[in-house]
Amino acid sequence: MTETKEGLHKLLWRKGWAPPDDATMTDTKEEKEMTGAAAAAMPPDDATMTDTKEEKEMTGAAAAAMPPDDATMTETKEELLGYYRDMLLIRRFEEKSGQLYGMGLIGGFCHLYIGQEAVVVGVEAIALEGDRRITAYRDHGHMLACGMDAGEVMAELTGRIGGVSKGKGGSMHMFSKEQRFYGGHGIVGAQVPIGAGLAFADRYRGNRNVTFVYFGDGAANQGQVYETFNMASIWKLPALFIIENNQYAMGTSVARASSTPQMYTRGAAFNIPGESVDGMDVLAVKASAAGAAQRCREGDGPYILEMMTYRYRGHSMSDPAKYRTREEVQKVRTERDPIKLLRGRILRSGIAEEAELKTIDSEIKAAVSEADRFSRESPEPDSSELWTDVHLPV
Amino acid sequence: MTSQILLPALSPTMETGKLAKWLVKEGQSVSSGDIIAEIEPDKAVMEFEAVDDGTVAKLLVAEGAEEIAVNTPIALFETEGDPAPAEVSPAAVPAQPASPQAAQATPPSVSEAPQQTEDLPADTKYRSQTVREALRDAMAEEMRRDDAVFLMGEEVAEYEGAYKVSQGMLAEFGSERVVDTPITEHGFAGLGVGTAFAGLKPIVEFMTMNFAMQAIDHIVNSAAKTLYMSGGQMGCPIVFRGPNGAAARVAAQHSQDYAAWYAHIPGLKVIQPYSAADAKGLLKSAIRDPNPVVCLENEIMYGATFDVPMVEDHLVPIGKARVWKEGNDVTLVSFGIGMKHALAAADELSQLEIDAEVIDLRTLRPMDLPTVMDSVRKTNRCVTVEEGWPVCSIGSYVGSMIMQQAFDWLDAPVVNCTGKDVPMPYAANLEALALVSVDEIVAAARSVVYR
Ligand SMILES: Cc1ncc(C[n+]2csc(CCOP(=O)(O)OP(=O)(O)O)c2C)c(N)n1
Ligand SMILES: [Mg+2]
Repeated sequence: MTETKEGLHKLLWRKGWAPPDDATMTDTKEEKEMTGAAAAAMPPDDATMTDTKEEKEMTGAAAAAMPPDDATMTETKEELLGYYRDMLLIRRFEEKSGQLYGMGLIGGFCHLYIGQEAVVVGVEAIALEGDRRITAYRDHGHMLACGMDAGEVMAELTGRIGGVSKGKGGSMHMFSKEQRFYGGHGIVGAQVPIGAGLAFADRYRGNRNVTFVYFGDGAANQGQVYETFNMASIWKLPALFIIENNQYAMGTSVARASSTPQMYTRGAAFNIPGESVDGMDVLAVKASAAGAAQRCREGDGPYILEMMTYRYRGHSMSDPAKYRTREEVQKVRTERDPIKLLRGRILRSGIAEEAELKTIDSEIKAAVSEADRFSRESPEPDSSELWTDVHLPV
Repeated sequence: MTSQILLPALSPTMETGKLAKWLVKEGQSVSSGDIIAEIEPDKAVMEFEAVDDGTVAKLLVAEGAEEIAVNTPIALFETEGDPAPAEVSPAAVPAQPASPQAAQATPPSVSEAPQQTEDLPADTKYRSQTVREALRDAMAEEMRRDDAVFLMGEEVAEYEGAYKVSQGMLAEFGSERVVDTPITEHGFAGLGVGTAFAGLKPIVEFMTMNFAMQAIDHIVNSAAKTLYMSGGQMGCPIVFRGPNGAAARVAAQHSQDYAAWYAHIPGLKVIQPYSAADAKGLLKSAIRDPNPVVCLENEIMYGATFDVPMVEDHLVPIGKARVWKEGNDVTLVSFGIGMKHALAAADELSQLEIDAEVIDLRTLRPMDLPTVMDSVRKTNRCVTVEEGWPVCSIGSYVGSMIMQQAFDWLDAPVVNCTGKDVPMPYAANLEALALVSVDEIVAAARSVVYR
């Protein structure tokens, strides 16, 4: 497995992270200056709520209405192919997980990220070394995007000793100290104050790192989210709150559960600015995340990004999904698919040929097959593992 | 390349399913994502998609076939081109690790155990119902009887319950009385308490009791204590209910048994039914009770079938245990899904000529200790069975009360069979080890009868 693991790491390794302090700000700034979209997405310096809202409404509407403007793409070929590769890895990984679930090799709850790939890949594109991330149970994509090993993630899904949590956590509960991925939380909303705590620790130590705190549109109704907003705002915590608005919390649409459809305004009462982002467009996600993260790094406090996205599959594997039509799903798949969208842009702009993308496709297929193999061949944990990891030795 | 399409597992607890409908014909070509069949586990019809592009070569299972085991081939599938290198065809899948559900799959011979007849006339008719249906009927009957009763919770209305317990209720009672909430447990539990103070009789469903931890302050501080704090003025007629304990492979944050937690709280009543008849009768009593009642259900038991009496108003009193099986050698005390294990153990013990008496506590607070003491005075030995953790468990309380009230009758120490003292692991083999097992109960019973 060592060889393959390295192979997978290489495959995922696309960030070219610069060492923290010196390169940090320059990179981000540069990127922003170069990108028109990013500049538009930048929060105003004096982020009063009125300004921000106005601006955001414009940005949101513009992002939704305008076809992706290939001409303004400033990303390098390497970067674009990297995003393509990362999104495709998540897609294929999740398809394989669905299959393994159907075969009984994965059990319990298994929430697939298919359709939402651009969110996590776009955000990770601006992550710097030392940044932290935390999310809920729909977490496989987040783990792959931050560089965790696909084989280890899949082996966790099959409950084997080679899994990142030695098979003890399963789909909903994975963690990586190395990649600063803090879970993997099964309780809706609980990751939000924890995420603010991660940000508090960075503020406390005086570094310029950001914590990406992901949560769903359903989670946005939990009270602890607002307790967190208040604290994050008064203490100016470097927390980037990313609401993955995939329109549904299980069978409940946003319209039925939220007093406002605009979740990015949910910070208004706490003086936290926010914006709505086309979460199906990896470059739009990246641009907004760059601006928002910059603000956090500079000590201006938290920011909310509402990612307008969509999940193609059921809530979990056991969701008959009668609350929406097949046509609704199909429409998003054909018209807004994040992977197709980026693929089209790459080809249209002549950045890469079809053949090059095909090579990536088969590399990803092979990587996922390898993860699949590892996840089946890794043995179940030894029964002695039942009793370990309850406490640390004193 | 021809491969088999196997009946997929579509939920954590699915073991078999019905092939409700084929949506493809033999020879039809399909693309990945196309729906090829409708499959019915026990609670809902689900669509099953093709995972690859190709042609359906042969349908192996007829439409309408029931009780098909998960992983049974249901069709043959023809794909073009090269299979992915390490793609393992389903036939080559190594044997699946022993899952706890498989281990528990053989149900105890519940049918042979006496069904509920206490206090009912001999000519009472029974019908077979699942626990899920019995709970729904209890709520619906009480809502017809009293218009102050309403149901509130996540996905209870339009989705008809995450576990389909409230099936049909929105259609019958409308959205004023079957209320979908946002994911806001602390908020809607507190709001429910407020409606109860104002004279309504809310049934608050938690999608699972794990999520009631978000709301536990209102259950304990607001619902349970207000009557006392108000000098008896202000009661809180509310029911908090939902599935409790481990389901299957849902790991640490979704697999906790809260029996001992709620049983600890003065001011609450706590019921944890095992059979469908008791689930119905106890929930109806809980809804009528002027006090806050916590009703602990179990996801794995929702689909279990029992005889339910066909009487006008089937009420089971809160605070009364029930002797499921009489015996002379050892008393097994359990409740909820623990009864399933206890009854299975009693069957095995009878093969060893050990005659166990099995008591279902049914209510954990107030607990029917006299029934336990009467039994222990007869058998002189006791083993308790529960899925929860051992420290400060229901079993440890029962044991200490036996010591205080029936010490002179004991011929052996009371043994507590419990879940292991660890968070619930995800891995199938570890999960099986973490749960209380029939073997452990049999061993405990043998140790107290010394044979
Ligand atoms: C506190 C709590 N309540 C309820 C649940 C059950 N549950 C799991 S996911 C979910 C829906 C959450 O929706 P959303 O936040 O929109 O995230 P998505 O699943 O769409 O990614 C619910 C109700 C839970 N896990 N935790
Ligand atoms: Mg959602």
